[in-house]
Amino acid sequence: MVDRPISLTMAEIQRLPSITRTLVLECGGNSAGEWAARTGPDVQRSYGLVSCSEWTGVPLATLLAEVGVQRTASWVIAEGADACRMERSVPLSKALENSLLAYGQNGEMIRPSQGYPLRLINPGWEGNTNVKWLHSLKLTNQPYMARDETSKYSDLMPDGKARIFTYQMEAKSVITFPSGGQTLPGIGLYELSGLAWSGKGKIERVEITIDGGRSWVAAQLQEPRLPIALTRFRMPWRFDGREAVIASRAIDETGYVQPSREDLVAARGGNSIYHFNGTKFWRVQADGTVTNVDA
Amino acid sequence: MSTRSALALAIAFAGAATLAAQSPRFGVGRPPTPDEVRGLGAAIAPDGGGLPEGSGTVAEGRTLYAARCASCHGPNGEGGGVGAALVGGKGTLATARPLKTVGSFWPHATTVWDYVNRAMPFNQPGLLKPEEVYAVVAYILNLNGIIAEDVVMNASTLPTVKMPNRDGFVADPRPDVGLTNPRKPKP
Repeated sequence: MVDRPISLTMAEIQRLPSITRTLVLECGGNSAGEWAARTGPDVQRSYGLVSCSEWTGVPLATLLAEVGVQRTASWVIAEGADACRMERSVPLSKALENSLLAYGQNGEMIRPSQGYPLRLINPGWEGNTNVKWLHSLKLTNQPYMARDETSKYSDLMPDGKARIFTYQMEAKSVITFPSGGQTLPGIGLYELSGLAWSGKGKIERVEITIDGGRSWVAAQLQEPRLPIALTRFRMPWRFDGREAVIASRAIDETGYVQPSREDLVAARGGNSIYHFNGTKFWRVQADGTVTNVDA
Repeated sequence: MSTRSALALAIAFAGAATLAAQSPRFGVGRPPTPDEVRGLGAAIAPDGGGLPEGSGTVAEGRTLYAARCASCHGPNGEGGGVGAALVGGKGTLATARPLKTVGSFWPHATTVWDYVNRAMPFNQPGLLKPEEVYAVVAYILNLNGIIAEDVVMNASTLPTVKMPNRDGFVADPRPDVGLTNPRKPKP
């Protein structure tokens, strides 16, 4: 479904006009365990499947113009060169909007484990669609209903139906200090801090509670705030030796508010696996030790 | 930089009407060779597009499954320590313990072919010949009671298999939560 199918070397791709973007990349299954209960004991084991990098590459739109996409085409099937040749279907509209054929990460060639030499980057979309070791793109008039978009990466609802093509990652945040596994050495002043991000744009505001969600106050945001990128937030806090239940919630520039786990479960039940972005509470105990809230 | 063979990016597919008489802006690349396109493997569409010639029977698949699949997926597709369950789970999707298998969850038989072909067996992905993939897919479908013992799977029959959960998928309705305005933060 293109006028001019082409085969390209990496050298040819790297001579095309490139861009560099800082982007968050989050696994669709990050925080999957929290659907059942907020028992993730620390940040890494509950909200840790996320990263932020500076990606360099060629907009996919550039190559699509190069091959001449025909009117009947509406999807792009991306395939990797891993042993299983992982494939995902990507709507042509996304490919034209901001997909990137990335060869650089943080100022060097993408490392082997990250998809050397070429990776499809779909800004703001679940990590699995960012196909590593990309070796083929095929224009089609239908999604291919690949295993990793039907059996996996679909979201099972309470009525037994599964949502499909749930690509978008929504706003999310987590307090990284103090957080599970850490210990405050004593009463006094601390800088409470964490990370917020949204697959839909910039972080507009982050609010923090220290009383288990009864009241929320705005945190300071580290500038510059880039769209679809990790944003550091901070707030001075005096630990007075009494138990505190703390959490953050992110609001992005679309007005979307990071929901509570209760809101998510009420809307989607407990079988979704993917796309858990609920607020994460930590319990700072009187002795300064920090734990998850659902033991 | 690496070689073309390892890094070929083939944007390939034949079609009819063109969007516009566009001309390439940079003129990079060259037409892929048939070998290059073949080397990138076959992605299979739900309508069967991309399925190769060949065919396989349930009986052939039973033998192959025992040799290549059962060690991970269990003697009868019930799943094991390594491989997921391929059989069962019917009626569980709306319960607290959903079992998502080929029989209870997968919407298209073509996806089974595509995935077995590209990713199985786990220790030697890409090993199976097309007729072997047809056979093992036939056996898995038969284990699930979806096709009868004597039905042969090929490029014509496979796309017509009606999977039990064919209509079990819905479009993404989000944002479904997170739209309520939070309390204004204190100044």
